[in-house]
Amino acid sequence: MIGSLAFGTPLLLLALIALPVLWWLLRAVPPAPIRRRFPGIALLLGLKDDESQTDKTPWWLLLLRMLAIAAAIIGFAGPVLNPQEERVAGDGPLLIVMDGSWASARDWQARLDRAGLLLDDAGRAGREVAVVQLTDLPGGDLAFQTAGAWAPRVPTLQPAPFAPDMAAAAEWVETIDGTAEVFWFSDGVDHECRDDLAAAFEDLGALSVFQGDRDLIALAPPRFEDGIIRGDLARIGVETPREVTVVAHGLDPAGLQRDLAQATATFEPGAMVAQVEFDLPPELRNRITRFELSGERHAGAVALTDDALQRRQVALISGGAEDEQQALLSPLHYLREALEPTADLMEGALSDILVASPDVIMLADVATFADEEEAALIEWVEAGGLLVRFAGTRLAGSDVARDESGPLMPVRLRIGGRTVGGAMSWGEPKALEPFEEGSPFFGLAIPNDVEVTSQVVAQPDPTLSERTIASLTDGTPLVTRASLGQGSVVLFHVTANAEWSSLPLSGLFVQMLERLAVSTRPVTPEAEDLEGTVWTPEEVLDGYGVLRDAGTRPGVLGEDLADAPLSADLLPGLYAGDDRRLARNVMAQDAALVAASWPASVPVEGMTVVEPTDLMAAFLTGALVLLLLDALAALWLGGRLGGLTRGAAVLAAGLIVGPQADAQGLTIEEELALLATSEATLAYVLTGDVEVDETSRAGLQGLSNTLYQRTSVEPAPPLGVDLELDELAFFPMIYWPITPDQEIPSSAAYRRLNDYLRGGGMIVFDTRDAHVGRFGSGTPEGRRLQLIAAPLDIPPLEPIPDDHVLTRTFYLLQDFPGRHISRDVWVEAAPADAEQIEGMPFRNLNDGVTPVLIGGNDWAAAWAQDENGRPVFPVGRGQTGERQREIALRFGVNLVMHVLSGNYKSDQVHVPALLDRLGQ
Amino acid sequence: MSELSLHTPDTLRSRSEAVASSMPALLADAQHLAASVLLGVHGRKRAGTGDEFWQYRPAEAGDSYRAIDWRRSARSDGHFLRQTEWQAAQAVMIGVDDSASMTYSGAKTRPSKLRRAQTLAMALAVIAVRGGERVGLTHLAEPPRGGQAQLMRMAAALMDGVDRPEYGEPKPQVMPAGSRAVFFSDYLGEPDAIETVLGRSADRGVKGALVMVLDPDEEAFPFDGRTLFESMSGAIRFETLKAKSLREEYLERLAARKDALRMMARRTGWQFHVHHTDSPAEPALLWLYQVLERQ
Repeated sequence: MIGSLAFGTPLLLLALIALPVLWWLLRAVPPAPIRRRFPGIALLLGLKDDESQTDKTPWWLLLLRMLAIAAAIIGFAGPVLNPQEERVAGDGPLLIVMDGSWASARDWQARLDRAGLLLDDAGRAGREVAVVQLTDLPGGDLAFQTAGAWAPRVPTLQPAPFAPDMAAAAEWVETIDGTAEVFWFSDGVDHECRDDLAAAFEDLGALSVFQGDRDLIALAPPRFEDGIIRGDLARIGVETPREVTVVAHGLDPAGLQRDLAQATATFEPGAMVAQVEFDLPPELRNRITRFELSGERHAGAVALTDDALQRRQVALISGGAEDEQQALLSPLHYLREALEPTADLMEGALSDILVASPDVIMLADVATFADEEEAALIEWVEAGGLLVRFAGTRLAGSDVARDESGPLMPVRLRIGGRTVGGAMSWGEPKALEPFEEGSPFFGLAIPNDVEVTSQVVAQPDPTLSERTIASLTDGTPLVTRASLGQGSVVLFHVTANAEWSSLPLSGLFVQMLERLAVSTRPVTPEAEDLEGTVWTPEEVLDGYGVLRDAGTRPGVLGEDLADAPLSADLLPGLYAGDDRRLARNVMAQDAALVAASWPASVPVEGMTVVEPTDLMAAFLTGALVLLLLDALAALWLGGRLGGLTRGAAVLAAGLIVGPQADAQGLTIEEELALLATSEATLAYVLTGDVEVDETSRAGLQGLSNTLYQRTSVEPAPPLGVDLELDELAFFPMIYWPITPDQEIPSSAAYRRLNDYLRGGGMIVFDTRDAHVGRFGSGTPEGRRLQLIAAPLDIPPLEPIPDDHVLTRTFYLLQDFPGRHISRDVWVEAAPADAEQIEGMPFRNLNDGVTPVLIGGNDWAAAWAQDENGRPVFPVGRGQTGERQREIALRFGVNLVMHVLSGNYKSDQVHVPALLDRLGQ
Repeated sequence: MSELSLHTPDTLRSRSEAVASSMPALLADAQHLAASVLLGVHGRKRAGTGDEFWQYRPAEAGDSYRAIDWRRSARSDGHFLRQTEWQAAQAVMIGVDDSASMTYSGAKTRPSKLRRAQTLAMALAVIAVRGGERVGLTHLAEPPRGGQAQLMRMAAALMDGVDRPEYGEPKPQVMPAGSRAVFFSDYLGEPDAIETVLGRSADRGVKGALVMVLDPDEEAFPFDGRTLFESMSGAIRFETLKAKSLREEYLERLAARKDALRMMARRTGWQFHVHHTDSPAEPALLWLYQVLERQ
C-alpha cells in the first residue's frame, strides 16, 4: 500500500531549481589529473598527446552527480511516507466500540492494536475514554475513565462467538447522557439493526468506523444430500478468486482427533458464495465431528456436526430369492424405500455383511441360520447391534422358537400364525392399539387405515407383556423386543411388505423405524419439536472457533436451541439431549453474509496502522551511494581503478570456484538422519521468524559448546527442524521457542510430535516472555502456546518441585534462569502416589523424563554464543548477570543430562538402601 | 620484504654483510699487476714478495746470505733460497648514483633504486675486502683501501649524500690505472657524461661494469588517465590526458637508451647489466662477481 508522502521542510525542495546551474558548472570541470612522481619523465619530455581525448565530464557522470545532489536535497527536506495525522484531536469523552463478534476474531489482534493506539492518542490529548464490546454491553451507566486505566484492559478483551444484538445496543446507546466521539470497530458484517445503531451513535457525537480489510469467509453447517456432504461458504470482502480448504475433523479408530478429509472450495471471481463437497465412505462420514476452514480463525469458520450427518448403516437380508418377484412384492422394497433417504443400505450374504459391521441388520422373513452364522450374529448383537426381524410365511412355517425362544427371537411363536379378516376367517382386520407409555413408539399418531390381516402369534409367556412394544387392538403383540447383551432384537410380527398388513404402506412405518433408531432424523428439528426439552451443552465454541469443554454451563431450553439467536447464554456448540445431540453453529443453514455499508457521512478507515516511514535516511543513503559510484566512476575515468578490478576478478573467481556441490545420492531425509544420528544433536523448531531461529541456533550451539567442555556429551552442531517435513525421532531434545504469530502445525505434524513425545522425546517450550508475564497469563506467546500445545499428548503439569531430578542431574540447582529469571518452569507432575523414599519422590513414568518443559525464561538467548564462543546477548547486569548466564548454562547441562540419562540420578538416592541390603 | 627504502650507515653495512656472506671470496684476476704498487693477497703464480710459500731454489751468485733458508740448506749439500709467491691486490672502484631520481620506488613493497644500488655496491665491497682487494668510492678523492675500516668509511660515505641533483652522472675523482670500476645508476640523465667517463676509463686501462638499476614501473609504464608527471624533485613537469597512449613511445625511448649504453660499454670493453628492484639482489651480485673475475 502506497501511502501519502509529506516533507518536514518542503521549502528546501526549492534548491532543486539550482540543479541546472550545477549541471552547467559541473560540465566545465574535467576530472582532476593524478600527480605522479616519476623519474622516467626524462624520456617522456617532448611526447604529444592524442588530440581526440576529451577534457569534459561525460554526460552520464553528470547525471549521476545530479541524481546524487537531488537525492540529498530531497533527503534533507525530510520526506515522510504515510505521515501520521493526529487521530484524536478534539476533546470531550471518547467512546471506543468494538463489535466483539465472531467475525471480528479474524483480525482481533489488529483491532486491539488499533484501539491501543487510539487509547495512546487519547491519553496524550487527556481525553476520557470508555471501551465497550457490543457483545458484552456494560450494565448500568457508562463510566468514562482515563486512557491509562483502559490501556491494560483492552488487550484482555476477547471476541464472542456470536453476533452482537444491535437493537439492544441501540437502546443502550439512547441511555447514555451527554455527547462523546465514537470510534466503532465494526466487523464488516451487516448485522440486523446496524443502521439504527449507527444513527444512535451519530446522535451521540461524531462517528468514525474502523473496519478490517481482511476478507471474511464463513462456513454454513454442511448437509447430507444425495450421498454427498455439501457445505456452503459465504464471504465478504475482496472479490478475487480464492481457494479455501475445508477440513473435516473427527476421531480416528484409536479415538484421536485427526483430519479425516480435506476438500477445496473455490470462490469464482466476483462470487460471494462457494460450495464444498465431501464424498466420503459412511464409516468415515459418521466420525466427523466438525468442519473447519483452514487458515481462518473465527467461530464462523467452524461448523459442528450433530447426529444429522451421521447415517446408520443398515443391512437388509431377505429370506426369499428376490429377483423372481415383482418389485412391489419384494420383502425388502418397503424397507428400502423407507430407509434410503436417511440410512446407508447394504445387501448381501450375512457372512459378508457381518464383516462390515453395520449398525442395524434387518431380516425380512429369514428363519434359520447356519450355526456359525448364528454365533456370529449373536456376537454382533451382544456387541451392540440392532437386529430387526420381520415375520413371513417362512418364519411362520419354520420351527424357530417354537418350544423355547432362541436368543435371536424376542418371543416364542405359535405354529402357523393367524389370519384375521380374510375370506376364510371371522372378524375384521385388526387395527393398532395406541402405543403405551414406555414403548419407543409412544406418541406416534396411528393412521386409521393401518390394518393387519395376518401375523405370527407369540406364545404367552411371563415376559411377553414387557417385551411387547406395539400390539393390535385385540391385544396380540405386533412388535416385540428383547435385549441381548448390549444390543437388542426386535420382531415385527408382520411381513416387511404389504402382504400381511398395510403397515409398510403408511408413514407410521417410517416413524417406527426411526424410533427404533434404525434410521436417523433427516432434518433439523423445529422449535415445536423441541418444546419442553432441556439440552445440556457439552462443548462450546469460543470466538476464535476453538472448541472448549462446556464445563458447568447451564442447560438451554429446546425451543431456544432451535431458533433463538446466539447470545452469551446460548453459545454455539454441541448440546446433548436424551437420545441425541444437536449442534448449534454460528452460521445457520441458510444464513447469508452481507457486507456492511456505511452512509457517506461516516468516515470508514482500515484496521492497519500505517507507521510513518521516515525516508530521510533512505534518500541520504542513496545520495551517498551515488556519490560513491561517482567516485568510482571518476577513478575509472582517471585510470586509477587498476588494483580494484584485479581484486574484484579474484573475488569473482573465488565465488565461482567456491561452492562445490557434493552429490552422494542421498535424499534430504537421509542426510538429515545421518546428520542427526552420527552424534547426539540438539534440535530447535524453526518458527519462521529468522531472528528467533538464529537465536535458537546460537543458543543450542552455546549449550553444545558448554556440554563439550564440561561433560562427556559432545554434541554435533544443532539442527533446525521443520515440524511439517522433518522426522523428529532422532533428537533427544527439541527446543521450541514460541512466537505470537507462529503457524499452528498441521495434523500430520502433530502426529509426529505425539509420536515423539510418547517415544521418550522432550520438548522444551520457551515463551520467552517471563519478563512481561507469568505462566498462564495472557501474553500473546502464552496464548499461542496454549493453542499449539492443545492437541499435544501432554501429561498433567506442575511447577518444577524442589526435589525434581532436574535439580541434580549434573549440577545441583534450585533456579532455572535464562535471560529472564522466573520460577515458573513447568514439568510433568509427579504421580499422585509418588512416595517420599528417603526424602525423594521416585518417579517411574516415561522413563522418568518429563516429556515437556515449559517456561518463559528465554534460555536460548542466555545460552547463545557466536562462533568465537562469546555470548551474543547481554544477561542481567555485571557480575550478577554473568552468574545468571552461568546458572542458565548449568540448567541447560542438567536438561540435556536429564534427557540423556533419564532417572539415573533419581536411582542414586537408593544407593544407601542398596548398600545396606548388600551388607546384610 | 618490508625493507626501508633508504639505508642508514649501520643497517647498510649489516645488510650488505648478509648479502655478501652467500658469496665465495672474490679473487679478482690481476692482469696489470705491475702497474699496481700496493700489495694485495692475490697469488701471481710466480715468485715475489708475499706471505705464501712458493718454492726453494738453489742459491746463485749474488744472492744475499740473509736470503738463504738455512733450515732447508742443512738437509742437503747446496744452499737454497726460500721464495714466496708474489701477491698483489686489485683495486675496485665503485660509483653509486645518489641523485634524486634514484630515490624512486614504484611501490611500497619495493626498495628504492638507490637503496638497491647501495646494497649491491656494499656487497661488492665486502666481497672484495674479504678477498683482500682494495675498494674505494669513485666520488671521493681517496685512494682505494682494504680492511674492515674501509667498509665502514664507505658505508658512511654512501649514506652521506645531501644535495641531490635531479639526475646523476658518474664523476670519478680517483681512478687508479688498471683497477676495476662498477657504476650503479638508472642512467636516465644525459648519456654524454657516461660516454666521457667510459672513454677516460678505457684510456687508463680501467675495466668494469655499468649496472642500470630500474624500478619495474619504469620498465612497464603502467599508467593511464589524465596524469601530471613530476620529476622526483618536482622541477620538471609533464602533463598528459591519457598516459596510456604514451606507453609505446616511452618504451621505445627506454629501449633506445639501453641500446646506447650497451653499445658504449662494448666499445670500451665494459659490461652492461639491467637490474630491476623487484628481483632479488643476489643474481646481480653474481653477475658482477663473474664479470669482474673474468676481466
